[in-house]
Amino acid sequence: MRKSIERIYLFIIFLFLYLPIMVLIVLSFNNSKAKVVWGGFTLRWYRELFTNRAILEAFSTTIFVSLASALLATLLGTLAALGIDAMKKSGRAIMLGATNIPLLNADIVTGISMMLLFVRFTRLGLSTVLIAHITFNIPYVILNVLPKLKQSSRTTYEAALDLGATPLYAFYKITWPQILPGVLSGFLMAMTMSLDDFSVTYFTKGAGINTLSTMIYTEMRKGIRPEMYALSTILFLIALILLLFINFRPAARKEAQD
Amino acid sequence: MKKTLLILLSMLSVSALFAGCMGKDSPNTLTVLNYGKYIEPKVLDMFEDETGIKVEYEEYITPENMYTKYKAGAIDYDLICTSDYMIEKLINEGEVLEMNYDNIPLVKNLDQTYFDFSRSFDEKNKYTLPYFFGTVGILYNKEMIDESKVDSWDILWDEAYAGKIIMADSVRDSFMVAQKRLGYSLNTTDDEKLREAQKLLIAQKPLIYSYLVDEAQDEMIAENAAMAVVYSGEAGLALEYNDKLAFSVPKEGSNMWIDCWFMPKSAKHKENAEKFLNFLCREDIASLNFDYVYYATPNTKVKDSLDPELQKNPTIFPPKEVLDNCEVLKSLDDEATMRYNLYWKEIKSAD
Amino acid sequence: MRNLKRQLLAGPYILWMAGFILLPTVMILYYAFTTTSGNFSLLNISSIAFSVHLKSLVLSLQLAFICTVICLVLSYPVAMILNNIKSKSQGLLVFIFILPMWMNFMLRILAWRMLLSNNGVINSLLGTLGLPGLDILNTPKAVVFCMVYDFLPFMILPIYNAMARIQPDIIEAAKDLGAGRITVFFKIILPLTMSGVISGIIMVFVPALTSFAISDLLGGGKVLLIGNVIEQAFMQEYNWNLGSGLSVVLMVFVIASMALMNSHGDGEGGSFT
Repeated sequence: MRKSIERIYLFIIFLFLYLPIMVLIVLSFNNSKAKVVWGGFTLRWYRELFTNRAILEAFSTTIFVSLASALLATLLGTLAALGIDAMKKSGRAIMLGATNIPLLNADIVTGISMMLLFVRFTRLGLSTVLIAHITFNIPYVILNVLPKLKQSSRTTYEAALDLGATPLYAFYKITWPQILPGVLSGFLMAMTMSLDDFSVTYFTKGAGINTLSTMIYTEMRKGIRPEMYALSTILFLIALILLLFINFRPAARKEAQD
Repeated sequence: MKKTLLILLSMLSVSALFAGCMGKDSPNTLTVLNYGKYIEPKVLDMFEDETGIKVEYEEYITPENMYTKYKAGAIDYDLICTSDYMIEKLINEGEVLEMNYDNIPLVKNLDQTYFDFSRSFDEKNKYTLPYFFGTVGILYNKEMIDESKVDSWDILWDEAYAGKIIMADSVRDSFMVAQKRLGYSLNTTDDEKLREAQKLLIAQKPLIYSYLVDEAQDEMIAENAAMAVVYSGEAGLALEYNDKLAFSVPKEGSNMWIDCWFMPKSAKHKENAEKFLNFLCREDIASLNFDYVYYATPNTKVKDSLDPELQKNPTIFPPKEVLDNCEVLKSLDDEATMRYNLYWKEIKSAD
Repeated sequence: MRNLKRQLLAGPYILWMAGFILLPTVMILYYAFTTTSGNFSLLNISSIAFSVHLKSLVLSLQLAFICTVICLVLSYPVAMILNNIKSKSQGLLVFIFILPMWMNFMLRILAWRMLLSNNGVINSLLGTLGLPGLDILNTPKAVVFCMVYDFLPFMILPIYNAMARIQPDIIEAAKDLGAGRITVFFKIILPLTMSGVISGIIMVFVPALTSFAISDLLGGGKVLLIGNVIEQAFMQEYNWNLGSGLSVVLMVFVIASMALMNSHGDGEGGSFT
């Protein structure tokens, strides 16, 4: 009895989460522009999607910005985590406090404050979007790497040094493998945040530069564009495949069991 | 081992890319700012393919929105298209460059009448190039409302249509409706009259389905609402998609507007801007563009090539008697603009 | 000495922070406390007391609160049921409930617009069943609906993680000592998942309080949240000082609500780790 109630409850929440997505997928094959009535099956919106330069450009910008910002944030963030880890308690508290600012601040405020800065000192463009994304990405990396550093064994590292290894070699051989999972999950989290961002990009982008979020926003404010449904379907499938791959590759299983 | 090397390598390459795009000083580009849905996207692609000039195209929703984007100074726009009163404001502020029409030979395709229209804000026809023009009226669904009443703005306050009315989401356009209904000028700065108009708009709010600009057309085609305050061209296109729709410019009068291109002071690529304008005046391009935008085009070649019936279509090409009953928006001083903005915000936050 | 060298690794980040976190914050504060001509003024901050602004702030707080409560009520059982499933499919199930988070935020809003519009999917379905239509698009209800939808995974995930960390032995021990199911829940499960609940609340409440896109696209221009007022000050009215002033007020509200939550969470609840 209790089991079936639980099942039903999960199913209702499942419907709530997936019904809208299913609707988008169905509409992407619907041969009727404005109305939500079935007008026959078509692949027209997919064809239009792939010939629409603005959408394709937004897509590649999104990929570039999220990859580049996540990579650079991972680099800066991992270095920062190593530095913070070596700090005394007070220094560490200050650094962590500052790291939390962009994490806890409202997106809109982060976006606006960055815009104010950029407008004063430079021109808005792709690089400003990238800088903004790196900025809100770094904290995710730091917060993922720091706990791994804390767990990593200090004594092994020091023993390696005593045995004559250079700090770099000792780091590479001993610390790096231990923090790698943290670095990777920080990278993934940063990329996710960057992919999903709207507000910060909205305020810091230059002319003609759009990520998918801002492009869809402008398109939605212009009216119904069935190409957007086709785009949703494709993005959903990409997310599904990527996440299945990341979560269920054998290595991840092992990690999860640890 | 291999993996880390891979990660490091990709990091390096991305940093290189990053550095590359920081230092990019785009020589052959054109930065354009225009209303949403106001150019056939293919036209931009064609221009890029033909000239090799990369168009950085940006859109905005309301003229106030455009003014902010431009004044922020964060982007150097080369070419902007906007409406009469906003151009007037920018000309008065000394933000507009004179246009050299000799470099735009195809300007001869444009009807002189429209240059005469734009004299109201560009006295000597030095600064602007007409793009499209039209009026504001009510797009309605014949099956959902009583057609005999749609000749007056009053119908927008008719409780029978509660929840089925779409109002313009733009300060001046919304105030225009109330002001015309009250019989005032749409450029009034008299506080009492403005407050009166505001009261009217607040009273109307419970009946409103939504405040929209560019989306109104699709909502009407989808029959989500019974009527909407829209620009004439929006209506023209909507009529093509759904034959239950019709358009009317109420008898109290309305706003006649003209949108023009101009080069702002920030323009860095004047030659490209001129090439673009010339391109837009070319018959085939203007005609392609007209089919997409569907507003009254000042391009005589395009108009002459149209189906005679379409040429007489009163929705797209407003007849003289309608235009005579219309008023043009004038630019207001900063103080009046602030009041309009504040009153509008009060309407939007009213219960 | 070696330690100092290692601390230097944080150098680039500290520079980055100074340039892109500290400086922007200073900029926004500068704009917030000056007039357009650059004179010191408190007007931008105090303008939150204007009825228009106050109303939108109160509405934002209300909607964010309702959204957070709904998310919490919906998520807690989900996390618990998922945690209780002790089979191989658990991982997959958790994955299913988190996946929508990776759909683009804007597309999730688009979906709700299609579902809720007057002639939308839900109303067509209700119509064929002979039921009265649901007129909630362009009202605060639609905004809350979409916020719940958008932010639900952010609530499920931390609660689930907190729950998964509870050692089954503790529950077993309590049961052995005679605790009933209800006692176990209130004395063990709830306190031990509190940190997750608090992370979840913060991750839902803050974006809900400060969002402007959802109300923009689903509110039909009739739902003016504080985020919309700020966005309009920047994008429509060209009044950056006012926008900055209101942003600072909003920032204070965010920090205050977080401090409030953390004080209930034994000091460590707010961290995202």
